Amino acid sequence: MHRRVLAGDRLIATFLIGCVLFNYPLLSLFDRRTLLAEIPPVYGYIFLAWAAVIALIAWAIERRIE
Amino acid sequence: MLELPVIIAFSLAYLGLLFAMAWWGDKRADQGKSVIANASTYALSMAVYCTSWTFYGSVGRAAVSGIGFLPIYLGPTLVMALGWFLLLKMVRIVKANRITSIADFISSRYGKSHVLGGLVTIIAVVGIIPYIALQLKAISGSVSLLLSYPEIVMPGRSTTMSVAADVSFYVALILAAFTIVFGTRHLDATERHEGMVAAIALESVVKLVAFTAVGIFVTYVMYDGAGDIFRRVIADPALRRLADAVPSGQGYTNWTALLFLSAMALLFLPRQFQIAVVENVNEQHLRRAAWLFPLYLLLINLFVLPIALGGLLHFAGQGVDADTFVLTLPMALRHEGLVLLVFIGGLSAGTGMVIVETIALSTMVCNDLVMPLLLRRHAVVMAQGRDLSRLLLSIRRGAIIGILLLGYLYFRLAGEAYALVAIGLISFSAVAQFAPVLIGGMYWRGGTRGGALAGLSAGFLVWMYTLLLPSFAKSGWLPDGFLSQGLFGIELLRPQQLFGLTGVDEISHCLFWSFFANIGAYVGVSLLRPPMVAEATQAAVFVDALKETGSRGVVLWRGRAKVSDLQDLVGRFLGQARAQAAFNAFARRHGAESIERLEADARLVQFAESLLAGAIGSASARAMVASVAKEEPLSIDEVMNILDEASQLRTYSRELERKSRQLQAATLELQEANERLKELDRVKDDIMSSVTHELRTPLTSIRAFSELLRDDPKMHLADRERFLGLIVSETERLTRLINQTLDLAKIESGRADWNGCELDLKEVIEQSVAATSQLFREKDAEVILDLPENPPLILADRDRLIQVMLNLLSNAVKFLTPGSGQVRVVLRIADDGLEVDVIDNGPGIRPEDQQLIFEKFRQVGDTMTAKPSGTGLGLPISRRIIEHFGGRLWVESVPGEGATFRFTLPFAAASPPAEAGTA
Repeated sequence: MHRRVLAGDRLIATFLIGCVLFNYPLLSLFDRRTLLAEIPPVYGYIFLAWAAVIALIAWAIERRIE
Repeated sequence: MLELPVIIAFSLAYLGLLFAMAWWGDKRADQGKSVIANASTYALSMAVYCTSWTFYGSVGRAAVSGIGFLPIYLGPTLVMALGWFLLLKMVRIVKANRITSIADFISSRYGKSHVLGGLVTIIAVVGIIPYIALQLKAISGSVSLLLSYPEIVMPGRSTTMSVAADVSFYVALILAAFTIVFGTRHLDATERHEGMVAAIALESVVKLVAFTAVGIFVTYVMYDGAGDIFRRVIADPALRRLADAVPSGQGYTNWTALLFLSAMALLFLPRQFQIAVVENVNEQHLRRAAWLFPLYLLLINLFVLPIALGGLLHFAGQGVDADTFVLTLPMALRHEGLVLLVFIGGLSAGTGMVIVETIALSTMVCNDLVMPLLLRRHAVVMAQGRDLSRLLLSIRRGAIIGILLLGYLYFRLAGEAYALVAIGLISFSAVAQFAPVLIGGMYWRGGTRGGALAGLSAGFLVWMYTLLLPSFAKSGWLPDGFLSQGLFGIELLRPQQLFGLTGVDEISHCLFWSFFANIGAYVGVSLLRPPMVAEATQAAVFVDALKETGSRGVVLWRGRAKVSDLQDLVGRFLGQARAQAAFNAFARRHGAESIERLEADARLVQFAESLLAGAIGSASARAMVASVAKEEPLSIDEVMNILDEASQLRTYSRELERKSRQLQAATLELQEANERLKELDRVKDDIMSSVTHELRTPLTSIRAFSELLRDDPKMHLADRERFLGLIVSETERLTRLINQTLDLAKIESGRADWNGCELDLKEVIEQSVAATSQLFREKDAEVILDLPENPPLILADRDRLIQVMLNLLSNAVKFLTPGSGQVRVVLRIADDGLEVDVIDNGPGIRPEDQQLIFEKFRQVGDTMTAKPSGTGLGLPISRRIIEHFGGRLWVESVPGEGATFRFTLPFAAASPPAEAGTA
């Protein structure tokens, strides 16, 4: 029971983090017409944030909590 | 080599491969060796979300708005984080109620309502038609492009062609035929299609491989890596803006609206509902799908930007539609193998969507639209007719053809005016209308059928007015004035600036107004009246679906039915053999030997209804069962009672657990109390033995001296008097001992008499010192008094305090050295009370004895005088008296330097120190 509650809370937290990461104003911080490591900053940011959210979901839902 | 026969041969071969996969999957399922019973297949099948929109359209979108194509995939990622809650609940509800479609789901929730199921079906069909048109446009467009190879010629407007010459018409027909073969070969009670799911999972792999292949080709063969493409774009003044976060100038509102829309679409698109919820084999698969599906989305989108920007750079000024870049880039470089792979990938994306979507829609049309109408018109015929399973299949096949033709019609009417993504978004906005009613229905008990009908209708009408009709107007099928001047020329009613709302794009505009109307009507109308029987029942089933012991298993039916009638009824829709097997299994499960032995009770009726629900929808199943069973209607009170009973049982078991926990606690307390009692008993025994011991000592002396006197009549008078004196003093000690023991017993049991009054402690001390002056004189000791004038009054019993002082003084005297003894009595006024010190200059008390002397019968006389001269009760009694009046009594001593007995007493409440002078 306890395990489930913790995993559930982690998923909800991930959802909320995702809502913030994928939206204004964080997006606007990377809104530059330059290249950062050969990539426009907003392209790099959005894909990295996306990968991070997926990793968090996987961690929260697949991990066995001892 | 890319001539028409080759293309057709390849396409048919690929579709044949899919069909083989589906056939194999179905065969394995029949053998009980499911090929889709693993989490990865489930996650891959969910990728049916990625259609031609993703395969061709994303690149087109990215070419206009940079990362603006991404919210469509970020939204589903966010939903999957919550998937473990939302989807799990939906899966549980669907399995428990044998629900087969989203229309069935909503109609079932709001009291198995025919009207509601029909409305949802209409919204879904009308809403999805543009989406199907999108697939037709993409597939036929790709065929047309291939036919012009090696030239790159943008397909002409199909509106100008005759239907017979239009590629997309044939595409629509082939897809319809293929879907019919795929999805409606037989009728299943649970409406599950294992083979189809297996084929869809395969298609997901194919489209991912094909798209990634083009991505690698464009990025690393045509250009020198993604960095190369990005450098050229930044250097190009016309393209530079695509590196912005929102290059299309629609602002972040549009971004957030798309995020929300796509999240809703992932849950409520009929095909997503079919794959993620209805076709779910094991709810644990949701676990891996929650991250594997978003990962798939990320991978398939990785190369969208390089392809889009690469295409813009390559085809600069050539008028090539960005929606075709995926295909035209390999074409431009004459890479035929890759062109064919891309074509197959696009075909995968398009057919996957069309197959699942039309199967889901045809189920809805059959179960929630056509069947209820047939039942109403020909109820008697239906109830007594023959095998109806063929009729059901025909209705579904007809629906599939109808839906695809409607899709083709929309494509002819409006498809040309929009890019792929824009068409898809119209559909997303339509299915998002299900969100309030569906999510509300899963978490809010108060929603009613009326509310759901009102909300859905309102949202749907606003959607039609603000998105669907304008799409016709833009294609020239409605007068231009409709858009620019509003309906009937009323400016406030301009469909895309409704009531003057400007500054947002058309999707956000529609989303706002439709949800405003939808949620407002749903909640508003629901609150007008309390839910009725059927609504309250179903609300409980849906809302409590995740509870360990929810309302599932609670049977809400009363009436009479015949087993054979029920079996016949089910047989007519599912086929007699399958009905027989199902009823046999039910009989075995419930411990009956054969079907004949079964009782047609509420459980069996519910079982039959759920079997039928799988085939014809819950509302129709309800009606059919009612036609063969004599039902007695349950009143709302009875339903509530039955549901209450179920919840009461839960409450009782919780109560029982609580009680047993309380019992354990009480047992523990009792044990502790018992321990304490035993301890007290032991203490009492100790006291008794001490008392008897203490009594025996003086008694022995008295007896010894008396015997001496009796046995020796010639004893000297002086000796005789000395012995008599000893006898008297021992007797006095005995009396004192008994008095004090009684006194202590009284105090300890709380039965002592206390005469509390305000008194002057100085007076008490002086009186006590006077009373003991004889003792001091005997030891030739000196008493020094250090008392302030007029100390504040305290509240105490005068006699008791004198008893304490006498005890302390006589104790002090007892241990003084004769001749040089000195006792000082000091009275001090402290912050919150009076302090009295009785200081002697005797031998003092060892630290380890300083607590002992306050215990009963403990005397620490100096070792010189072996026989103790007190009772051993004086100090314990004194301490109890002082404590009774709220003070403390203790001793401070350094051996060899005398002892200080000190006690404190609080001021009487009414006389704080300030009044001391006047007291």
